[in-house]
Amino acid sequence: MSAPKAHAGGAKQALHAEWTKLRTAPGLGWLLLGVVALTVGLGALADTATHCPAHVCHTDPARAMLIGIDLSQAVVAVLAVLVISGEYGTGMIRVTLAAMPRRTSVLAAKAATVSGVVLVAGAVAVAGALLAGRLILPGHGFPPLSLAGPMLRAAAGSVLYLGLIALLSLGIGTAVRGAAAAMGAVLGLLYLVPIIATTVTDAAWHRHLEQLAPMTAGLTIQYTTGLRGLPLRPWAGLGVLAAWAAGALLLGGLLLRLRDA
Amino acid sequence: MSATITPARSRTPVPATGFTPVLRAEWVKFRTVRGWVIGMIIAALVTVGIALLDHSECGGQVTPGGPSVVGAGCSVPIGPGGAAVSDSFYFVHRTLAGQGSITARVTALTRPGGNGPARLQPWSKAGIIIKASTRPGSAYAAMLVTPGHGVRMQYDFTGDIAGLPGTVSPATPRWLRLTRSGDALTGYDSADGTHWTRVGTVRVAGLAGTVQAGLFAATPGTTIPGSQSLTGSSAQGALTLATGHFDHVTLSGNSPRHGWAGTAVGGGGAPGAGFRQAGRTVTVTGTGDIAPYVAAANGGTGTPIESTLTGVFAALIAVIVVAALFIAAEYRRGLIRVTFAASPARARVLAAKATVIGGVTFVAGLAGAAGAMVFGAALLRSNGNFILPVSALTGARVLAGTAALLAVVAVLAVALGAILRSGAAAVTVLIVAIVLPYLLAIALPVLPASAAGWLLRVTPAAGFAIEQTVPRYAQVAASYTPKNGYYPLPPWAGFAVLCAWAALAVAVAVFVLRRRDA
Repeated sequence: MSAPKAHAGGAKQALHAEWTKLRTAPGLGWLLLGVVALTVGLGALADTATHCPAHVCHTDPARAMLIGIDLSQAVVAVLAVLVISGEYGTGMIRVTLAAMPRRTSVLAAKAATVSGVVLVAGAVAVAGALLAGRLILPGHGFPPLSLAGPMLRAAAGSVLYLGLIALLSLGIGTAVRGAAAAMGAVLGLLYLVPIIATTVTDAAWHRHLEQLAPMTAGLTIQYTTGLRGLPLRPWAGLGVLAAWAAGALLLGGLLLRLRDA
Repeated sequence: MSATITPARSRTPVPATGFTPVLRAEWVKFRTVRGWVIGMIIAALVTVGIALLDHSECGGQVTPGGPSVVGAGCSVPIGPGGAAVSDSFYFVHRTLAGQGSITARVTALTRPGGNGPARLQPWSKAGIIIKASTRPGSAYAAMLVTPGHGVRMQYDFTGDIAGLPGTVSPATPRWLRLTRSGDALTGYDSADGTHWTRVGTVRVAGLAGTVQAGLFAATPGTTIPGSQSLTGSSAQGALTLATGHFDHVTLSGNSPRHGWAGTAVGGGGAPGAGFRQAGRTVTVTGTGDIAPYVAAANGGTGTPIESTLTGVFAALIAVIVVAALFIAAEYRRGLIRVTFAASPARARVLAAKATVIGGVTFVAGLAGAAGAMVFGAALLRSNGNFILPVSALTGARVLAGTAALLAVVAVLAVALGAILRSGAAAVTVLIVAIVLPYLLAIALPVLPASAAGWLLRVTPAAGFAIEQTVPRYAQVAASYTPKNGYYPLPPWAGFAVLCAWAALAVAVAVFVLRRRDA
């Protein structure tokens, strides 16, 4: 345990430490189970409520199957916010930073572990939602669903969407510190803009709001039909969310470096 | 280490442990935490602020990107009852002084150049009418035929009485008669012109000595789906025409003997509208509607007052965070043990917290909603929008209801904070329970309308119904969907659903507070 060796393995140790903390956090299993259950459950409910009369479909099957993401992203946000805010709540953050004084690498390690866990859970959740859709939707007048092209993009993109939501929430949690206030900020950012956009009747402004808001922009990745009516191309939309996540992490990292813990 | 030590008891009676000291303690806790006070002020300010972001201009959406004509054609006439009305139709009329009656036989209601009555709206209409003047919104009573709802007697826009059923055709014509005697107007219908049935007698206030009597035709525009966007689709109305075919037209009473005058009332003068007289038959062609105003059926030129209250959603999030922290912070810091030691009646502590946070939220919500409704409406009006008028009682219900909505949600947040003992969990559960259903049902309409309706019936989001001012009318065909501002539950019923959730949460909170160690 010589000092140089510890220094060389800084990033690895940070990752290992964060992974241990995350893995042993109480309630992690329940939160991940919640992500899967809510994604699959709400998706299945939407599938059963959606009908396509005589193949004249106004409903995007991918969007209907994956609508559970709208709900489960809140659970992902809780998970990611608690990774940092939980430490502020218990004072653990001071121990963490005493052990690993390089604050950016602490945040980077947290980002890597939490997004990794969320991506795995998200993949399971999206697979479950697609399976439910395959079982339910063809009985409701939808054409047979194949996991190719746009549908694959919607599925993979939804998993990435959850990962980016985790990073965005981690960044906001680091900046705000208090868990409840951070959750208010994250869910406000996600849910409020689409609601406010409904009152904007000016078409150009409406479109700009949808292009800028992390949720409406990011969820364009779930659409497989009517892409021309979308505010952004699907991958560009996910890029907007990635920019939000990067901005939040930058802000959080900067504040983490500047402030006393 | 002596077992004989007994707690020192003061001989003086213990200070009264009534509700008031607990309430005062909770109030002191609230007002001395700067973040919570700031949070409440933010909740009020953001309600007003978001209302002031709404720079929609009436007519602005017609030419996106280009210069818009502000205020052109955005005004809506006001009916005798004070509510906004649709009043455009083609009117073939004569003056009628004092008492008198008008009779006509309708042989058909068709679409000019179209494919017969099947293509008309169920509420397209043609018939006879006695109206105070040709000014849109003036008082009237009419006997009319419709393609889908038989003969009707309608008056002053909201009144609607059913007459003979069935559709009108040359084989089954309909005789209509309307007589005036002072303020009383009586409508009759008949299938053969000899056997008459009285449909109804109505009092129409505001009729002058001399009124306009004659024939009319109108049909509401068809709604065709427009462009689809992520947060919904827009719809545009297309003008259609309806033609009423009349004969045996007689006007008895003090009326000039010269011919009929044709007037397109309220812009009911699309190309093709007008009337033709050939022998004893008269055909009248017009567009528009004589009915209560429903924005969803009229391309949305009128703005309901509740559309200034979008900022309430932002306020809701601030209120939820503050209210959840109001109790969860005590658990985090261990203060809850001191609180319960000082006042062991735990239900009373919870009641005090709920009272303080509910009261503070109500005041903040009232200030925010009042500011949003006053300044937001002023801004909308200055951009040429027409705010649909509401009665003072309805306005007060929307204002106080919005504040009460926020207050009940605050109580719900305190109860959830007590149950979950975690601010983050309470905030998440409540935002997901109240904002997300609204989002899924209205702002991101992915779900079919039936599913959206159920979301707004059973979740706490049902409470937003308290803000609805636009009524449904059986005699106006429109899509009365949540997206267009129509909640599935009546205002107070929706609010009651929210209150039931709050009551349930408080009951569970009291139960677990008593059972658990703090």
